[in-house]
Amino acid sequence: MEGFLIAVGLSLLGISVVGILRIILGPTVIDRIVGGNFVGTITVVLLIVIGLIYGRLELFIDIALMYSLLSFIGTLIFSKYLSHKGP
Amino acid sequence: MVVLGIGLVSLGLFFFLSSAIGLMRFPDCYCRMHATGKADTMGILFCLLGLALFVLHKGLEGERLLLVIKILFIGLFWFIGGPTATHALLRSAFERGVRPWTKDGKEILEWPEGES
Repeated sequence: MEGFLIAVGLSLLGISVVGILRIILGPTVIDRIVGGNFVGTITVVLLIVIGLIYGRLELFIDIALMYSLLSFIGTLIFSKYLSHKGP
Repeated sequence: MVVLGIGLVSLGLFFFLSSAIGLMRFPDCYCRMHATGKADTMGILFCLLGLALFVLHKGLEGERLLLVIKILFIGLFWFIGGPTATHALLRSAFERGVRPWTKDGKEILEWPEGES
């Protein structure tokens, strides 16, 4: 089961590279925020997988909870801030 | 129970992979939001259910029950919060004046004259 969890973590890391690539080469600023939201979604799962591998889930679960709240509020604040016209 | 957990995590990884392909290949930010909405709801819900089954497999004392409840709370929160964030982002992109992509280049909506 350790090997399966390590494989899941590595594949999640490989998928999040796609989101970072979309942040780098997105044409508009909305595309970059969509990529950032995608990376934030993957990071929550990745934190719990890291906690299961190390066997200290009670430490990492609080970090994952706080990170999910901050990612959600950050996306809402960016969408409120960018809702008027601009470049 | 471990086999069921492995199946659920693999299903969630499939949703994440298809969402990543859509994020890379689609031509417009609206289409990309449609692709990442799948990872926001189904992918993270299936992955967290599978990981909760992994925790539940090692025994069910008081502390592990708290861990399972916290994991399921994160899944429920993302199941509500992910579509909310996507909806707010799409609304801001629409008010910002981002034109939707069409195949033949014609407009599908009547946009006011003189705006971006």
